[in-house]
Amino acid sequence: MSTLLNSAPKSALAGLAVTTLFFGMAVFAQVIAPYGMSDVVGSVWEPASSAHWLGTDNIGRDLFTRMLYGGRTTIFVATAATVLSFVAGSVLGFAAAVAGGWLDQLLSRSVDLVMSVPGLIFALVVLSVLPPSLPVLILVMAFLDSTRVYRLCRSVAGDIVVMDYIEVARLRSEGLGWTIFHEILPNAMSPLVAEFGMRFIFMVLYLSTLSFLGLGIQPPSTDWGAIVKENSDGLVYGIPAALAPAIAIAILAIAINLVADWVLSRTTSLKGGRA
Amino acid sequence: MNAHLLEARGLRIGATLQRPGEKPRTFEIVHGVDFTLEKGKVLGLIGESGAGKSTIGLASLNYGRGPVEITGGEMKVNGKNVRDLSPRALRELRGRVVTYVSQSAAASFNPSLRLMQQVTEACVRHDVCSRAEAQERALDLFARLKLPLSIGDRYPHQVSGGQLQRVMTAMALCPRPDLVVFDEPTTALDVTTQIDVLAAIKQTIAHMGVGALYITHDLAVVAQMADHIMVLRDGQMVETGPTEQILNAPRERYTRALISERHPLAMEKSATGLTPLLSLRDVSATYPGIRFDILKKVSLDVLPGQTLAIVGESGSGKSTTARAITGLMPPRAGEIFFEGERLPDRIADRSRDQLRKLQLVHQMADVAMNPRHTVAKLIGRPLEYFFGLKGREKHERVLELLHDVELGEEFLHRYPAELSGGQKQRVCIARCLAAKPKLIICDEVTSALDPLVANGILKLLLNLQAREGVSYLFITHDLAVVKAMADSIAVMLRGEVVRYGQKSRVLSAPFDPYTELLLNSVPETRPGWLEETLNNRRLETADQC
Repeated sequence: MSTLLNSAPKSALAGLAVTTLFFGMAVFAQVIAPYGMSDVVGSVWEPASSAHWLGTDNIGRDLFTRMLYGGRTTIFVATAATVLSFVAGSVLGFAAAVAGGWLDQLLSRSVDLVMSVPGLIFALVVLSVLPPSLPVLILVMAFLDSTRVYRLCRSVAGDIVVMDYIEVARLRSEGLGWTIFHEILPNAMSPLVAEFGMRFIFMVLYLSTLSFLGLGIQPPSTDWGAIVKENSDGLVYGIPAALAPAIAIAILAIAINLVADWVLSRTTSLKGGRA
Repeated sequence: MNAHLLEARGLRIGATLQRPGEKPRTFEIVHGVDFTLEKGKVLGLIGESGAGKSTIGLASLNYGRGPVEITGGEMKVNGKNVRDLSPRALRELRGRVVTYVSQSAAASFNPSLRLMQQVTEACVRHDVCSRAEAQERALDLFARLKLPLSIGDRYPHQVSGGQLQRVMTAMALCPRPDLVVFDEPTTALDVTTQIDVLAAIKQTIAHMGVGALYITHDLAVVAQMADHIMVLRDGQMVETGPTEQILNAPRERYTRALISERHPLAMEKSATGLTPLLSLRDVSATYPGIRFDILKKVSLDVLPGQTLAIVGESGSGKSTTARAITGLMPPRAGEIFFEGERLPDRIADRSRDQLRKLQLVHQMADVAMNPRHTVAKLIGRPLEYFFGLKGREKHERVLELLHDVELGEEFLHRYPAELSGGQKQRVCIARCLAAKPKLIICDEVTSALDPLVANGILKLLLNLQAREGVSYLFITHDLAVVKAMADSIAVMLRGEVVRYGQKSRVLSAPFDPYTELLLNSVPETRPGWLEETLNNRRLETADQC
């Protein structure tokens, strides 16, 4: 592990440090937070001070505390939804490419159907019918995103299943499980890792959008999108509170993708990353 | 004093590679090579892959693939060192004074332009002559190269591989260059096509009086084409001299190894009293969407412990036969019997034991191995799958199998990208042996390998057969391999078996016309063979008229 970190380029180490910091703050939000999440501790939109590092929000709550709790929700929901969408999308995508025939047709046409409805509208409809709880939110986001992952995986695997080594496996009559997890997945890792870095950030933005529209995280809980919504009026008076979540998202996006790039350069090596 | 057409003095070529996070490192590929070539002569460069043949050929155009460049010494064309040329002068050199014919013509043409436009492009670009004159020259060359005159109106995908290779030669000769570099121009062709292309190229360059560098790994081919031969190994010159001397009185050991007995020879085993291991009865097969049969009523037998070789040109249905037997492409009609039982057509219907006993070795070892699996995993999987071996037992059996194919323990944790071509094919063979098969189908297993390496693989296969009693179905277009390996031979042409029987009978007169053509198209390592063969053929056709 230590040699692994030593061989990593500086950019990857920086990305890794920032990502760890964000996830750490999310996990330990309750411990770190100087105030209670919903406690009104000052007046409206106070500027940054030693008591309130980022100032206060539209009803006088500590913004730094809000950012910690909001980040916890955002990161948790985005991670869960991304992992779920990758598991579902990649397994189905690979299976469609290997099996072909009616299974491929059924899955691909269903995906086309879902993709033909704009994602935000689909989510608006579903979330206005179902109760906006965390599991529902995660499932809806994962479902919508898994269609994109499915497309990617099916096309990547389409290039792999025509190779002779898949024929060798077929000549042994290997099962679908072995073919997907041992023959295809290791060869499809690179595009998947790159896609994961990007999809995670899209999830963060998507959740923020839903919350901004009032369909995502419901008060008294909060997330970065909700913080923007609450403080957006302040921008008119030159109050920067609404920018804090935007900056946080940008930093997280860059950090995650620096790590993804590094993993990518390792997974593309055909010599087991030892070279 | 007249300058030489091409002169290399202490030529060194290297490549600079930089891995991310490391300092750039320079590897030398060619370590100081000297030679000269006069106008109107042909110099043959011969050696195995990685010997630096193509690198030297391209250096005469001062071109290096990727990070490759000339690092020392001189490469003079008409007395001028190509390293000193300005970009403008270099542009004048390339495609006008020196031209290049590549190995894979099919991959070198622009698929969306007509051939005539591509053949005349260099002339027109370099202002050698007007488009009309260039077209006249091209038509003249088409006639000399025995191509249909209308070929210029076609697109690359509409002509055959042999024709495309000749069109490429026309393209190189059209600007009337001083020097042409031929980089394995016939390696990808069938023998019966190769002989025509060789003859056409030879007559045309003799007629035009251009000098040529002829790069190949096939000694028999270079014997027909070259006046002088230079033998290369690992970027160093082993030996150089007139063709006759190199072939008849080689001085160096390596050259002798290249020239001497190319293949092991298996004694033909008796076929009497054996029941066939595998029988095909009137097997016909076709691909979906094609109306006619690719295989037409093929009937063949493979005897236990023996080798059946299927020979034929590309498109003759050899590989389709293998696909029908393995179940990758279920036959449309006919029956296949294995160990006396009817073999189900589809893989899904076959028993695990049947799958185990019938193994296939692919032509391209590179793509037949998952690049993300180590050698241990590649060989271990069939052991796990067919015999349920695990842990220590599996590990020991893998080592045994590696030993069987003459590879050591150090290969266990390597990935395919860390193996050479011959080693890859050995790992593929070990993977087949892991299943303890009765029959191994070898689909052109040596055609992608250098002669000496291929030889090693053939010897290995013969040893394994003697020890394990396994049968081979050997699919190849190389008659030398057939002679070396087979007990019986089937000659295929357009999906039909035209000649079939014991090796000694198939390879002795009286021949059917196709087998005869095939047999005497195999180049011999004897200068003058090409002219002789073509003369004989002309006489025969004259007799028939």
